[in-house]
Amino acid sequence: MRRTLGVVTLAAVPLAVIGVFFLYPVGGMVARGFWPDGSLDVHGVLEVLGRARVHRVLWFTVWTAGTATLLAVGAGLPVAFVLHRLRFPGSAAVRTLVVLPFVLPTVVVGVAFGQLLRPTGPLGGLGLEGTPAAIIAGLVFFNIGVVVRTVGAFWEGIDRRTEEAAATLGASPFRVFRTVTLPALVPAVVSSASVVFLFCATSFGVVLTLGGLRYSNIETEIYLLTTQELDLQAAAALSILQLGMITVLLVLSHRTRRTPAIAQAVRRARRPGFRDTGLLLWTAVVTVFLLVPLVTLALASLRDGGGWSLSNYRALQTTGTGNALLVTATSGLLRSLVIAIQAASFALVLGSVVAWLVSRRPAAGWRRRLSAGFDGVFMLPLGVSAVTLGFGFLITLDHPPVDLRTSSLLIPIAQAMVALPLVVRTVAPVLSAVDPRLREAAASLGAGPVRVLLAVDLPHAWRGLLAATGFAFAVSLGEFGATSFLARDDSPTLPVVIFQLLSHPGPANFGMAMAASVVLAAATGTVMLLVDRLRIGSVGAF
Amino acid sequence: MVGTRALAVRGLSVSFGDVRAVSSVDLDVAEGSVTAVLGPSGCGKSTLLRAIAGLERPSSGTISYDGRDLARTPTHRRGFALMFQDGQLFPHSDVAANVAYPLRLRRRPAADIRLRVAELLELVGLAGFGNRMPQTLSGGERQRVALARSLAVEPRLLLLDEPLSALDRGLRERLAGDLHDILRLAGTTTLLVTHDHDEAFTIADRMVVMRAGEAVQAGDLGEVWQHPADAWAARFLGYADVLDGPPALALRTVVDPDATWTQVALRRSALVVDPDGPWAARIISARVTPEQVRVELEVEGLGVRSGVADPAYSTRAGDLVRVAVRADRVAALPGAQNRE
Repeated sequence: MRRTLGVVTLAAVPLAVIGVFFLYPVGGMVARGFWPDGSLDVHGVLEVLGRARVHRVLWFTVWTAGTATLLAVGAGLPVAFVLHRLRFPGSAAVRTLVVLPFVLPTVVVGVAFGQLLRPTGPLGGLGLEGTPAAIIAGLVFFNIGVVVRTVGAFWEGIDRRTEEAAATLGASPFRVFRTVTLPALVPAVVSSASVVFLFCATSFGVVLTLGGLRYSNIETEIYLLTTQELDLQAAAALSILQLGMITVLLVLSHRTRRTPAIAQAVRRARRPGFRDTGLLLWTAVVTVFLLVPLVTLALASLRDGGGWSLSNYRALQTTGTGNALLVTATSGLLRSLVIAIQAASFALVLGSVVAWLVSRRPAAGWRRRLSAGFDGVFMLPLGVSAVTLGFGFLITLDHPPVDLRTSSLLIPIAQAMVALPLVVRTVAPVLSAVDPRLREAAASLGAGPVRVLLAVDLPHAWRGLLAATGFAFAVSLGEFGATSFLARDDSPTLPVVIFQLLSHPGPANFGMAMAASVVLAAATGTVMLLVDRLRIGSVGAF
Repeated sequence: MVGTRALAVRGLSVSFGDVRAVSSVDLDVAEGSVTAVLGPSGCGKSTLLRAIAGLERPSSGTISYDGRDLARTPTHRRGFALMFQDGQLFPHSDVAANVAYPLRLRRRPAADIRLRVAELLELVGLAGFGNRMPQTLSGGERQRVALARSLAVEPRLLLLDEPLSALDRGLRERLAGDLHDILRLAGTTTLLVTHDHDEAFTIADRMVVMRAGEAVQAGDLGEVWQHPADAWAARFLGYADVLDGPPALALRTVVDPDATWTQVALRRSALVVDPDGPWAARIISARVTPEQVRVELEVEGLGVRSGVADPAYSTRAGDLVRVAVRADRVAALPGAQNRE
C-alpha cells in the first residue's frame, strides 16, 4: 500500500508538469478555436474543415508524408541490415552518420536541400526546386535514421539461430528473410513507419524552407494562419485535426511496439560476403544521399563572391547586412547553448522519472493499462505540432495562474517538452533490461528502495541517461517550431537567427546563414558523435 | 569402408580473428549411426557443428558427404537439418506449420504434408498438438516439435546442438531415451554435440571427445569409455580419480602384474571394502546413499581415495578395514606424458 502511494506520488510530479506545460497550452490553443469570443462556436470550426484550401493542405500533408515514409522504410531496411548485422571497417561511422540528420535543425536541412536544388546548385539541373519532390527528399533525409535505428536495434535482438535452423532445413537466404525474419521484424517496421509518418506529417522547418508559399502541410498552415492571417479559429481547427490524427497513430504504434530484446546473446556481427554486394552498394548510395546536402552546405558557407574564404564565418560576429538581426549571430549561438543545457537538464530529470515508472511493467489488468496510458501521455509531444505548442505557450502562459511571459525559462521549458518523449524512449528500454531479480536480490539483502536504485539501476543506466541527455541537448539545440514563436527578436536562438538571415535579401546574409547552419550542424553532430560512443542502441529508435 | 562413411571431415580448422575455435579436426560419421561430440563448454564443438552445417566458414580443411566436397554448397542445399537447444521454433506459426515448413519449401502437395505432419507428431509423441502455438508448449514439447521438423524431410544428416541442455533433469533423461529410440526408428544419420556424458552415452553409439578445439579421442562408446585417451579425458568421462607414480604401480601389481602402464583412472566404485582385499585401509568418512555407502579411505600404498562399501558392513569413521579393487572399474591410461 505504501509502495503504491509512493509510485502515485512519483507519477504525480511529471503529470503535473506535462499538464501545466503541455496540455494546458495546447488545450488553450484548441479552446481559442471553439470559443472565439466567449461562446461555443462549433459551426465555425466545421466551416474551416470544409474549406477547399484545408482539404488541399490535408491531402498534401498525407500524401507527402506517406510517400516519404514508404521511401524511408524502403531505403532504410537494407541499411538497417548492413549496419546492424554486418561488421566492416567504417560501419560505426556510417551508423553515426545515419542518425545525424535526425538531430540536425530542420531549418538547416531545409537550407541544405534548397542549396542543393536551386537552379545554380549541384543538382539544379533536375529542376526540383520548390517542388513536392524536394520536400519529400528532405523528409526522407531527415527520417531514414529513425527507420535504420528502430529496425536495426530490433534486428540485432532476433535470435539468429531461428534463421539458421530454417536455412539448414533447406530455405534459401531470400526464403529465410521472407518466412522467418520479416514476420519477426513486422512490429519494428510498423512502429518505425508510424513514427516517421508522424514526424513527416508534423514537419515544420523542412516544409517551410523548401515549400515556400506554394506548398503547405497542416503544420506550416497553422503557422501561416496564426502569424500571417491571424485566423486563430482556423488554426485551432487544424490543430484539433492534427491531434486526432496523431492520437490514432500513437495508439497504432503503441499496439505494435515491442521493446527490442536487448541482445541477451550478443552474437558476432559477421563480415560481409559476396552475396551482400547489392546491399552494401545500396548502403553506399544512401550514405552519399545523406552526405551530399551536408557537403553542399559546407561548401556554400565557404563561398564569398567568386572565391573561397572564411568571411561568412567572420561575419557571424556581426548583425548581418542591413542589420538583418538585432544581435550578433554568435550571441544567438551562446543563447542556444544555454537554453539547450537548461532544456536537456529539465527533460532528463522529468524523463528519467517517467522512464523509471514506465519500465516497471505491472503484470496485467488495470495497472498495466494504466501504465500504458501513462506512457502514451508522455509520447504526445512527439506528434503534437510544435507550432501549436509554441503558440499555446504564448496565449496561455502570459497571464495568471501561470505567468511566464517575461521568464527566461519559457523557451527551455517548451523545448524540454519536445525532447521529453525522446528521453523516455531512450532510457526506458535500458531500465527495462535490468533483470528484476537483481533488484529483488538487492532488496532481500537489506537494501532500501533508494539503495536499490543506486546499486542496481544506476550502474546499469548511467550510460543511457548520459546518452539521453546528449540526445535531448542536440534536439533542443536545433528546435525551431516552438522556439520561433517564443524567441524575442532581441534574444533569438541560432536556428531562429538562420531563419531571419534567410528571409532578408543579400548574398552576404545568405552566406552568413550557411556559416551559421554549418556551426549548428557541427555542434549537434559533435554531441551525437559523443552520444554514439556510449553505444546505447535505443538512441533514435522508437 | 566405402559407402558406409557418410560425413567425412578432414583437417578442419575454424578461426575467429586470432582465436582458433576448431583446430585440425578429423571426423567420420557412418550412415545410419549416431555420433556424439563430447566436450566442455567453449571447446569448439558447437563451432564444429556450425561449420558442418555451412554456417561458419572453415579457415582450412574439408567437409565432404558421400565423397563430395561441400565447400561450395550453401547451408540450404546441404540437405542437413540443425536443431539447437532452444529458440528455433518460429514463434508466429503453430506447431503443424512449424513441422510443415521444410515440406512446404520443397513444394510437397498439401495432402501429403498433412499426412506427414501427423505421422511425425505421432513419432515424437505429440499427436494432436498441431494447432498449438509454440509459446503454449513446455520446453520438452518444444524440443520434440523441433525434432519432428528436423526429421520432416529425412535429412541426410541431422545435427543436434546440445538438444536437451535447456531441460530439467528428469525430462532430460526421459527425452534422451526417446531420442535414442526415435533416431533408430527413423534410421537418421546423426551428429550430436553435448557437454553431458550421460546424454552422449544414452543417445549415441559413437563418440568423439573434444578439448580446446582438438579431437582428443574417437571411437565406439564402449571403446572410448574403457580406454580414455588421457587423464583429462578420463575425468571428463566421469572417472573419479587418476593415479600415477607409486600408487599406480601398487594398483598394477594387483590388477594386471604383466602390464606396463604407469597411469590409471578409477571409477568411483573401483575400490570396495572387502574383508579379503589386498590392502589395509582406515575409513576417514562415510556417507550413506540409497544404493551403497560412499566412503573416503586412507589406503595403504594408494593414499586417500574414494570407494564404496556394502551397507551390510559396519562403516564408521576411524574403522580399520581391508580394501579390494574391481578390475572392470579401472582404465589404464596410455603413458603419463599426456598430462599437461
